[in-house]
Amino acid sequence: MHDMRFTIPRQDLNREAFASSVPDFNLKSDLMKTDMGYKCRITNIVSLTEQEKLFRLRIVDPEERRIFRFKPGQFIMLELPGFGDVPISISSSNSNHEYIELCIRKAGHVTSALFRIEPGMHLAIRGPFGSSFPVDEMAGHHVLLIAGGLGIAPLRAPLFWINEHRDRFRDVHLLYGAKEPSQLLFSYQFDEWKTISHIRLHTIVEHADAEWKGNTGMITELFGDISIDTKNTYAIVCGPPVMFKFVCSYLDRLGIPMNRMFVSLERRMHCGMGKCCRCMVGSTFTCIDGPVFDYWSVMNLKEAI
Amino acid sequence: MIYKVISKPEFRKFIDVLVRENTSFGPRQVDTAANGNPVYQFMPVASADEIEFDYTATASSAKHFFLPFRDELSRFSFHDRTFEQHIAYESEPVVLIGLRPCDISALNILDDVLLNGRYPSPYYLAKRKNTFVIGMDHLPLPDCFCKSLAHHTVSTGFNLFCSDIGEKYYLSINSSKAFTYLEEFQTEEPSYEDNCLMTQRRKLISGSFRTEVDVTSLPSILDIEFESPVWDKWGAKCLNCGTCAMVCPTCYCYSVDERFDIDLKGASRNRQLYSCNLVDFAVVAGGHNFRPKNGDRLKYRYYHQHRGFAENANQQICVGCNRCGRACLTGINPKAVINDLRMEKESCMTCVSPSPDRT
Repeated sequence: MHDMRFTIPRQDLNREAFASSVPDFNLKSDLMKTDMGYKCRITNIVSLTEQEKLFRLRIVDPEERRIFRFKPGQFIMLELPGFGDVPISISSSNSNHEYIELCIRKAGHVTSALFRIEPGMHLAIRGPFGSSFPVDEMAGHHVLLIAGGLGIAPLRAPLFWINEHRDRFRDVHLLYGAKEPSQLLFSYQFDEWKTISHIRLHTIVEHADAEWKGNTGMITELFGDISIDTKNTYAIVCGPPVMFKFVCSYLDRLGIPMNRMFVSLERRMHCGMGKCCRCMVGSTFTCIDGPVFDYWSVMNLKEAI
Repeated sequence: MIYKVISKPEFRKFIDVLVRENTSFGPRQVDTAANGNPVYQFMPVASADEIEFDYTATASSAKHFFLPFRDELSRFSFHDRTFEQHIAYESEPVVLIGLRPCDISALNILDDVLLNGRYPSPYYLAKRKNTFVIGMDHLPLPDCFCKSLAHHTVSTGFNLFCSDIGEKYYLSINSSKAFTYLEEFQTEEPSYEDNCLMTQRRKLISGSFRTEVDVTSLPSILDIEFESPVWDKWGAKCLNCGTCAMVCPTCYCYSVDERFDIDLKGASRNRQLYSCNLVDFAVVAGGHNFRPKNGDRLKYRYYHQHRGFAENANQQICVGCNRCGRACLTGINPKAVINDLRMEKESCMTCVSPSPDRT
């Protein structure tokens, strides 16, 4: 018979691991990616329009600054303590290890709070997460960058990359459309892109104002102005969901292979790590399998665009 | 795995000793449903007498011990225009008694999702490692269809599993802790008769299923029937309440929100379980909803359970417990939806004239 004094103590219950590979959570960089953010200081805020601002962030800790590396097209989760975290594409050069830049539109709860803060304040970032544009694979080819509205923000990282490695690429076209002339972001950089980076810039607006002398209409109308060597061209398309359909199917008809067209998708995200499932498109996570997809993958995903 | 048999009175003594010192949860009747059936839940227990070993199935699943409905992920403390972030992964040891095979299978699936991906979850791992799981088999309810998904038996993911073979329990011991504890109690090596009784028990359970859902090639059918009118039909019934996801043992989708403390000196970052049927599940800032219709969201839940997960982890995420079917306020149940989807497919392949739904 068993002895009634026998007990099974609490501390004894911690059980053997059932998961085959129990991960090592002690690596600082791993934790930084997932739960603990890199603390950043806002060093500069530029107002681009009434709705969009460019935030410059510098990771406070030098060691963490050394760890943090990203690829063009990846995003971070921007954490404003007490308000929440939001996925934001990095729109600065990945060779710049001093700071990152984020172009943010005032759209929701967290971004509205962001628009009230000042340089010098601290916030946190987690990441980088997601897939990136295949900038190495693109070398030796013509490049077609197509942006609609705020879609220029994630395109800035590959733009910087192309600028820094301009001799690796052949003709580079940037097609950029917006609703109104005042909503063309980074217009102060247009001359720099044209003359220093030798990027052929084509802009178009839907509704012209009195001073606008450029093109008016939908972004697909710009394709008439350029000749594309479809067999040697990579295209990156970024913009509102409705734009993908028109632009990608147009490029498809022109004959650009589906696996050389890339889009950056946007979804609601709460974790960035493929756990919360908010960003799921069919069986695919926008956060870990995307946000950059080739058009073939997008065509095969239900409800992607 | 080591197999033993234990008499039922001796097993109760073991449970008594186990729960006396530890935070323990076991099945207890908490209510009676409108149709007269008892409603069971995993509730705190302090002795074996409080546990109803012959319960049918709990209304909520055991996932809430690992993925609490609301869970604090981290804390922020504010000072001098800056902040500090604090994270505690620790978790209290807990004993769970009486989980059904499908409940344990569900935990194994959650292990797959939350521990084996690119970013394993330390929060879940801490809770999983600090939980002592005792499983028990049972005769299926009329609407259980776990056999269709091969989750009516389970061979891993628990510390101890008990099969009722009449006067005794047939124990499957799957951890050294459970083995050590049981050494203090009177157990025996299974005799030839015990093994026969165990086989009979298995046959009895396996033969008792009255509901069958054909899930073969469901991933492909869901793909082909993506635009099927079946989704509009069932979507019209759905109330977008999210009850199905709350009672589901494997639904793990969540949202994260942050709240300031009332003294504004700190803030908490919280995870809250969510449901893909809730209207704002896929709403992005600016107001665009990627799944605007009821049917879209209902379809997505089935798509994730039977199609998306099958592609990502090579198994369907549904374990066939039919908790969602029982809990649904408007009577949407997975058997009916899946069968509807399959019937439609069959009728279209066999009919000579175009289906009226498709023209």
